[in-house]
Amino acid sequence: MPRTPQMIEKGLTLVDAINEALYQEMERDDRVMCLGEDVGLNGGVFRVTEGLQNRFGPDRVVDTPLSESGIMGSSIGLALAGMRPIPEIQFEGFMGPAYDQLVNHAARFRNRTRGSHTVPLTVRVPWGGGIHAPEFHSDSPEVMYIHNPGMKVVCPSTPSDAKGLLLAAIRDPDPVIFFEPKRVYRSFREQVDEGDYTIPIGKAKTVSEGTDVTVITWGSMVFECLAAMDQLPDDLSVELIDLRTLNPLDTDAICASAEKTGRVVIVQEAPKTCGLASELTTIIVERCFLNLQAPVQRVCGFDTIMPYAKLELQYLPDAKKIAEAIGAVAAY
Amino acid sequence: MTSSTMTQHQSSTQPTAAPGAIQHPEGSIYNITSSKVHMNGQGKPAQRQGPRPSDALPNATLIKWLRDMILIREFENRCAQAYQQAKIGGFCHLYIGQEALAVGTINSLNHDDPIVTAYRDHGHALARGMSPRACMAEMFGKLAGCAKGKGGSMHMFDKPNWNFGGHGIVGAQTPLGAGLAFAAKYEFDVMKRSVDGSPAKKKVALAYLGDGALNQGALHEAMNLAGLWGLPVIFVVENNRYSMGTAIERGTTMAHDLKQKAVAYGFEGVHIDGMDIRNIYDEFKPLVDRCRENSRPAFVDLLTYRYQGHSMSDPQKYRVKDEVEMFKQRDSITLLEQHLLTERKCISEADVDAIVAECKSLSADSVEFAENAAAPELEELYSDVYKNIQPNLSPTRDYVHGTKNALL
Repeated sequence: MPRTPQMIEKGLTLVDAINEALYQEMERDDRVMCLGEDVGLNGGVFRVTEGLQNRFGPDRVVDTPLSESGIMGSSIGLALAGMRPIPEIQFEGFMGPAYDQLVNHAARFRNRTRGSHTVPLTVRVPWGGGIHAPEFHSDSPEVMYIHNPGMKVVCPSTPSDAKGLLLAAIRDPDPVIFFEPKRVYRSFREQVDEGDYTIPIGKAKTVSEGTDVTVITWGSMVFECLAAMDQLPDDLSVELIDLRTLNPLDTDAICASAEKTGRVVIVQEAPKTCGLASELTTIIVERCFLNLQAPVQRVCGFDTIMPYAKLELQYLPDAKKIAEAIGAVAAY
Repeated sequence: MTSSTMTQHQSSTQPTAAPGAIQHPEGSIYNITSSKVHMNGQGKPAQRQGPRPSDALPNATLIKWLRDMILIREFENRCAQAYQQAKIGGFCHLYIGQEALAVGTINSLNHDDPIVTAYRDHGHALARGMSPRACMAEMFGKLAGCAKGKGGSMHMFDKPNWNFGGHGIVGAQTPLGAGLAFAAKYEFDVMKRSVDGSPAKKKVALAYLGDGALNQGALHEAMNLAGLWGLPVIFVVENNRYSMGTAIERGTTMAHDLKQKAVAYGFEGVHIDGMDIRNIYDEFKPLVDRCRENSRPAFVDLLTYRYQGHSMSDPQKYRVKDEVEMFKQRDSITLLEQHLLTERKCISEADVDAIVAECKSLSADSVEFAENAAAPELEELYSDVYKNIQPNLSPTRDYVHGTKNALL
């Protein structure tokens, strides 16, 4: 929605930036629709779609029943017919019933029809932990979707990236899952370009340049990594890469940095086994083996179910664990 | 529905209702329009013919119901406080307003009839006999909670009381209810004994769901299986009119006559006023008995109302205050209290005050207990999960069971 005086003065939160992208794209393109449980009247479970139904009406900002399979399946139908549906699934843990539609339909339509049909669908999903909620409300299931060829997966960490990536996702001819880190939703504000801009899907961002150790992460872990870097000696030069897009991976950026530093730490919220960090490690070992000065280290969630509030912070990687891993890799 | 039956249905009920109102064909307490809920008959439930099964119950039983309902309300008030003080994490869905439903349906069962419910589950847990301490400690994320503080508000499990839990995914618990009924039927028909070696019994499983879950595929698969295999499961729709912020008629077809959904799956559907616990017992208990005896499923549209938001963080833009007030006029606790005071004349105002005081005290005690209880140790992250980095710590080797919880 149009910016408030507070937004003009202090900048936009992640929620504001996503709302602005949706608002501007719905103004620009009448094929764009939002669908989901309580996205209209109530403005969405995290108020990301606040005000949109007032502006665009209930036919374009559609309150749906609690029916994830139906929401996703019918959104795929809308997309096949040329619309630009943006379904919201309230929490990543609620994607289960929609999984069949996403994986067996959305991801495969281009290939199954040999290119005659595509599914220009953007699925918005609040993602990840750090809000003291239990399982289903704090999970990090990105790898379940990355594993499927045909599915693009995006996970921005900042308001500016979120706006540009969301606009790119909506305009993309293929299905994109847009994971929104809940922990970042209202954690800080930044000035965001009010104009129309996109950030290409598949491009990582170097948050800070460095020469000694490469740290690769995405989502809210970007900020834990920045906090970790504050704890390190000043003479240790860390290069922090925010992947932003999880599928397709920006392997060139990843490998260029790994070759430069020879020491790599990968940080993810998800459980360790078979997470995206595992794939990144493999890519680096396959492509940069001769440049590596130390074994690649992963700082991850544990191989257990996402715990409820009291153990949450022990589960999630934090600055201390990350700093220790960086220190260990640097000293190897 | 054909247009002719639609016409017939509309002309047969409430001809004076406002245009656009969706009408219930059997003297519902509701007429639903897009913005308001109207009561029929000045808020009085339909008059029942003949003796009421609940009239035959002793005073002590009804006084116990009153106490259980008051306990749930006082407990939930404490939950709201604790949530606002950030002592309860994540999400918290209160049962205030719906107390008669859990207490009335659970008291129509045998103790070993299994139940499974959704995330608004504190009421069921308490009505089924969980201690307020274990329930509150769970919400506080403490080890003494019913799920060792690892589940929180939505995960109230109580094995000794045949409560198979609260579940956070809307509708996903309903096939579990069918499975619980299937197990009971299998014990009785095939094994001729129960899995613990005792004689098999005819049981009924209750699968509670909210009206929002009516639109999930899992429910329809469960109902088809239950109808197909004759499973003794009752799908209890706690119809509080809102799936989060979406009024039922905005999200569900046939909202005015939900019991028709059961027809398609070949079993009985009924609808019951769920604000009056005696009425629940009068209607629900005979249904439980029929399902148990005949090994058949059923579907119940139980009309109720939640006074609070969907969760503690709900702005409640979707309803007006008058509507909440209207339901408070028929508050379930007041209804039973008045019956006991003025019709049965079996308790005094002082007795009610004593019950309220006891329940307030139990609820306050549960908060104090939860505050002082220990948080789970770090090792609990790896307990009771197959992937185990601490080998040989368990007799079974594959699992670490963690701290023993007295309740489990």
